[in-house]
Amino acid sequence: MTNNRIMQVQDLKVHFDIQPENSWPWTKPLSLKAVDGVSLDIFEGETLGIVGESGCGKSTLARALIGMLPAREGKVAWLGQDLTQLDKRSMRAKRQELQMIFQDPLASLNPRMNIGDIIAEPLQTFFPNMPKAERKQKVQDMMAKVGLLPNLINRYPHEFSGGQCQRIGIARALILEPKLVICDEPVSALDVSIQAQVINLLMALQKEMGLSLVFIAHDLSVVRHISDRVMVMYLGNAMEVAEANELYTNPQHPYTKALMSAVPIPDPMIERNKTIELLQGDLPSPINPPSGCVFRTRCPQALAKCADYAPALQTLPDAEHQIACHLIGP
Amino acid sequence: MLFKSRQAVSQLAAALADNDNAVLEGRSLWQDARRRFFHNKAAVVSLFIIGLIILFALGGSQFAQYSYEEIDWLALSDPVSLGRPSIETGHYFGTDKLGRDLYARTVQGSQISLLVGILSSLVAILIGTLYGAASGFIGGRVDSFMMRIVEILSAMPFMFFVIMLMVMFGRQIILIFVAIGAVSWLDMARIVRGQTLSLKNKEFIEAANACGVSQWRILVRHIVPNVLGIVLVYASLMIPGMIVFESFISFLGLGVQEPQTSWGALINEGVATMEIALWQLLFPLTFLVVTLFCFNFVGDGLRDALDPKER
Ligand code: SF4
Repeated sequence: MTNNRIMQVQDLKVHFDIQPENSWPWTKPLSLKAVDGVSLDIFEGETLGIVGESGCGKSTLARALIGMLPAREGKVAWLGQDLTQLDKRSMRAKRQELQMIFQDPLASLNPRMNIGDIIAEPLQTFFPNMPKAERKQKVQDMMAKVGLLPNLINRYPHEFSGGQCQRIGIARALILEPKLVICDEPVSALDVSIQAQVINLLMALQKEMGLSLVFIAHDLSVVRHISDRVMVMYLGNAMEVAEANELYTNPQHPYTKALMSAVPIPDPMIERNKTIELLQGDLPSPINPPSGCVFRTRCPQALAKCADYAPALQTLPDAEHQIACHLIGP
Repeated sequence: MLFKSRQAVSQLAAALADNDNAVLEGRSLWQDARRRFFHNKAAVVSLFIIGLIILFALGGSQFAQYSYEEIDWLALSDPVSLGRPSIETGHYFGTDKLGRDLYARTVQGSQISLLVGILSSLVAILIGTLYGAASGFIGGRVDSFMMRIVEILSAMPFMFFVIMLMVMFGRQIILIFVAIGAVSWLDMARIVRGQTLSLKNKEFIEAANACGVSQWRILVRHIVPNVLGIVLVYASLMIPGMIVFESFISFLGLGVQEPQTSWGALINEGVATMEIALWQLLFPLTFLVVTLFCFNFVGDGLRDALDPKER
């Protein structure tokens, strides 16, 4: 990890218009605030983990980063260029540098194509004139890199296991040698034993190719293992961003504390004595989020002012640790 | 002894290493489906019979002793005894009530019936698939608009429409194609649209988008091959429907123009004389029924082979 900032996101908002059921076509659609004002930086060669409950907008955020979903407001500066302002064509050209790995390994592969064609598809899109032999060579090299036997090139996705399918997905994402790869829960559909293999593969490839990763997961231990920094999201907002160890050992935000208390500790003595802080209530609807701090409906320490205005994300004086809560700071 | 076994082991190792380098062939879903289809005996036999019937329609006239419009005055003089099916007179299937050779007429009728069935299905599938895929793929307002059109069209009294066309423009075979094809694509469009909609949300489509693949290529490479299975099954079940439909129109006396004929028209004539000359009904009816059976078996076989639950 270097201090070279490759992506800078400012106040990104992604809203979806939802037409209420059985409504007239001219009624005003409701707006679902999936991501509601997130700012973050991504550095060259680092892994940024994003955690949060399902429905907190982490997948939406990740897709908006690489322009797969349109941003309602805000800026996504990629190497100094604002992606949200690009037209379709130039955005497509940028895809070479921004790739993605998906959650369901088998569903992310077209069942009617053999894996050689699947992995070669990005090459075919960006270098249509590349000679066939060269393309095949590249595909086989990539397959070897992700731990697949190159002679399986003519097999079809249904002939592979979940872990192998995810390796195919990784090969497809990396064949263009991108700079940033979004990993959308890449291991949550896999067996635990396979998870470790895939994670280690990702880490090895990251080192070898100098990738930056955005790693989304709801499994906190996996995120800790792979991430340099971690961002905690709740209802479309960033709650806390910190260096991974710092966040896990010294969580500051009430929401992060609750999350961390649920992580199992591998020591039975400590595990037995610890208390799990259970959050009350359900995740509020992102169509109609609470005023002020979005977490206030479930926060055990909510203050009166929490309902009035939202806390800003501020950096703690001592460390690279950002937090959005009225309990901390002014 | 020891030496020998060691040699065998090294041979085996070499073979394995060779195997490692050779590209292993995969089995695509299509190949799987084909294998499953050919394991289905009823479907294979049916396919074979359909092949025979098509051969009969194409080449049967080679063996006919008469043309399909020529009147055999001798047979006409005593249709019940001289017009009977017999090898000697050359009327293998007997004659119809006007003394024309029923064998030649059945060949001719098979041509028309199969042509109507297959061609109008093709028309319906082509229009329906393109329309449905486009509608589902574009989505949004365009999709709703296109589907409203389909709903309006399918609300039309179709039978009435066909009969009106026939009455207005006369009985031309081309009109039957147009009329049947133009209406039966509606179901096809609905089916393909539904499939496309569900495919569109699959992750591999998103993956293709993330790789920067153009929309057109996504449609051609990712959507169409995946709806093709359904289209194929539906087509094989559509053809018999079309044949029945044409027969029905002909049975009403609105189908093909004399002296041309079709299974439906032949059956219509056969019914009129069935009390004295049953063969005039039985021959065309057998062809129709066997064909319908076979197409349905083939359709079932295809559906099992291309089962969408395959994954
Ligand atoms: S701002 Fe208030 S409601 Fe929000 S987390 Fe902090 S204390 Fe809880």
